[in-house]
Amino acid sequence: MISDLFSTTVLIGILASGIRLATPYLYAAIGETFSQKSGVLNLGVEGQMLLGSFAAFYITYTTGNLWFGLLAAIMVGAFMGLAMAFVTVNLQAKQGISGIGFYLFGLGMSDLLFQKLMGTVETVRGFPRVSIPVLSGIPGVGDIFFNQSILVYGAYLLVPIAWFVLNKTTLGLKIRSVGENPDAADSLGVSVKRIRYFTIILGGILSGIAGASLSIALLNVFQQNMTSGLGFIAVALVYFGGWRPLGVLGGALLFSLVNSLQLWIQVLGLPIPSELAVMMPYILTIIVLVATASKIRSPSALTKPFEREG
Amino acid sequence: MKKLFQSEWLSRTVDAFLPVFATLAALLVGAIMLLLLKVNPIEAYAALWDGAFGSPNAVAETLVKATPLLLVALGICISFRGNVINIGGEGQMVVGALLATWVGLTFTEAPGWLIIVLALVCGFLGGAVWGGIPGVLKAYFNVNEILSTVMMNAIAIQLMNFLLRGPMIDPSQAELASKIPQTARLLDIFQLPRLVPTRLHLGALIAVVLAVLVYILLWRTTLGYRIRAVGQNPNASRYAGINVPRYMVLALLLSGAFAGLAGAVQVYGVNYRMITDGSASGFTGSAGFNGIVAALFGQLHPLLSIPASILFGALLVGANKMQRMVQVPSALVIALNGLVVVFVVSSEIWRRYRQRRRLVAIRDEESPPQPDQPEVQKEDAQQ
Repeated sequence: MISDLFSTTVLIGILASGIRLATPYLYAAIGETFSQKSGVLNLGVEGQMLLGSFAAFYITYTTGNLWFGLLAAIMVGAFMGLAMAFVTVNLQAKQGISGIGFYLFGLGMSDLLFQKLMGTVETVRGFPRVSIPVLSGIPGVGDIFFNQSILVYGAYLLVPIAWFVLNKTTLGLKIRSVGENPDAADSLGVSVKRIRYFTIILGGILSGIAGASLSIALLNVFQQNMTSGLGFIAVALVYFGGWRPLGVLGGALLFSLVNSLQLWIQVLGLPIPSELAVMMPYILTIIVLVATASKIRSPSALTKPFEREG
Repeated sequence: MKKLFQSEWLSRTVDAFLPVFATLAALLVGAIMLLLLKVNPIEAYAALWDGAFGSPNAVAETLVKATPLLLVALGICISFRGNVINIGGEGQMVVGALLATWVGLTFTEAPGWLIIVLALVCGFLGGAVWGGIPGVLKAYFNVNEILSTVMMNAIAIQLMNFLLRGPMIDPSQAELASKIPQTARLLDIFQLPRLVPTRLHLGALIAVVLAVLVYILLWRTTLGYRIRAVGQNPNASRYAGINVPRYMVLALLLSGAFAGLAGAVQVYGVNYRMITDGSASGFTGSAGFNGIVAALFGQLHPLLSIPASILFGALLVGANKMQRMVQVPSALVIALNGLVVVFVVSSEIWRRYRQRRRLVAIRDEESPPQPDQPEVQKEDAQQ
C-alpha cells in the first residue's frame, strides 16, 4: 500500500496539488511580509481572507463574472486593511490583540453574510486552468507547473516582484527603514504613517486575493470558516521564511506539499490515521519555527506603535 | 490642585467606562449592519436581551455560558499581565477536557466526589501542559507564542478527533454502524452538582472563587508581582534578579491551566461527555477566543472579568434566541465580539493621552513655568 505513494502518477499528483495549494499561503504571507517589514504584525489575515473569500464567491455567484468576484475580494481586503491601519497606526492599538479582533469580525461577518445571503453551500465554475503552450507538454513537469489557473501563476509571480520591491526600490528601502528604525526614518523625512498605511492595505488586498483563490480558483465553494486556520499559518510562514519573500516561498511549498501528501494518504486509504496526517503540517511548523527563531532577527520595530517624540 | 483632583476623578470614571462605550459602539455598528440586512435592530436586540435575561432559566443559561468564559479569562489575565499572548485557549480547553473525561471513564468504581476533584485537577494539568509547551518555546527558543499557541490549537483538534473516533469512542457507537465521534456518557454520580433547579452547576461558583484567588495571586503574592514585573519591563526585571524566562513559562502555563479547567468543567457540568463535529468550537463554543474578549473587556482584572464574562455569556445565549425570533444568524455576535476587541484596544490611546497630559500638569504644578518674557524678548531679538 505504501508503495502506491511512489508511483509516478501519484507523485505527480502530490506535486501538482502541492504547487496549487501553496497559492493562498503565498498571497497572504507575502502581504504579511510587507506589513511586518514596516513594523506591523497583522493577525487579522484570517478574517480578511474569510471576508475576501466570501465576497469573491458571492459576487461571482450572482454576476457570473470571475473578475468582478476577484475585484470584490480586493476591495474588501483593502477596506479591512484600511481599518486595521487606522486602528494600529493612528490609534496605536496593540497589534496582536486588535488583529484577533479583526479575525473574529471577519469570521462572524462572513458567516453572517453567508447564512443571510446564500444559506446553502453552492458551487461556481472557478478560474479555468491555463496551459502554457509548449511547457505544459513536457511529461510530468508540465502537469506539475504549467497547467494551473491564473491565480496560481500570479502567486508565484508575486514572489520575485516582492523581492524586487523590498530590496531594489526606494519604496522597499523606506518600508524596511520604517520597520527597523521609525525614528530615524521619520527624521529623514519618510512618513512612517503613510508607509505603514500602504503596507497594511497592501497586505489586506493580498489576503483578500488569498481568500478568493480558495473560493473561486481552488475549491470553488464557500463554507463557514473555510480557511480554518490558513491565515494564521500564513503569518507563521513569514517568521518561518525569515521575512524574505524567497524564504516565504520555501515555507509555503514545504507546507503545501506536506498538506498535499496528507490529502493523498487519505485518498489512497493508507493505514495512517488521517488525523495524525492532518496534524503533520502544524507540528512541522512548530519545529521549523524552533529551528529558525534563534537565527533570524525580526524587524526591530515589529509590533511597536510609532509616535513622534515631544 | 483642587481642579486637578476633580478632573482626575472625572477621567478615572471615564476610564472605567471605556469598555462600556466600546460595547455600545460595537452594538451601534451591529445595528447598522442589521439595517443593511433589512432587519429591525431594535427587534433583534430586544430578542437578544430577552434570550439572555428574560426568565430565571435564561439567566441560568447565561451564567452557564459565562463560566468557561470566566475561567479562560482568568488565565488570559495572568498571561497578558505577564506580556505573553495566549491565543491557545481552544486547544488547552480541549486537552484539559480530554484528560478529565479519560479519568471519569476509566475509574468508574471510585466515589463521585473523588473523581470530580481528580477530573478538575487533570483538566488543570492538561491545559497547563498545552500552554506550557509554547511557554517553553517562547522563553528558551524565542518562538513567537501567538503562532505556537495557534498551532497547538490545530494539533489539539486533531488529537480530539483521533481519540473520539478511535481509542476513546463510545463503545455503543463503535458497535453501531453510525460511529458518531463521541465518548461514552459519564456516570451520573460524576456530574458537577446543580446549584438551583436549572442547568447552573457548581462550576460557576468555582470560577468566581478562583477569580478572587487569581486576584490575590496577582496582587498579593511575590509570584504574581514577578509575573507582572516581567510583563511590564523584562529588562528591569532581569536586572532585579528575576528569572525572566521562568516567569514567562509560568504565565503561559497557568493561563493554559485555567483554560484546561474550563474544558473539564464543561464536560462535568454541562455535556457529561465529549463529542466533536471536527472543529474545536463544536466543543468549546469558541470560549477559548471569547474568554480573551471577556478578559480584555474586564481590563485584565480577574474580578472585573466576572461581570465581563456574564455580559458575553448573555450575548451568546441571547444570540440563539435572536436567530430563532428574527432570523439573524448568531454569527452576528462573533462579529460584534471582534468589534468590541478592536474598540477596547483602540480606546486605550485616550487613556495614554490623558496620562501624558496629567504628567505635564503635575510637572507644571511642581515647577511653575518661568515667566515667558525672556523668551519673547529672544524671539524679538531674532526678528
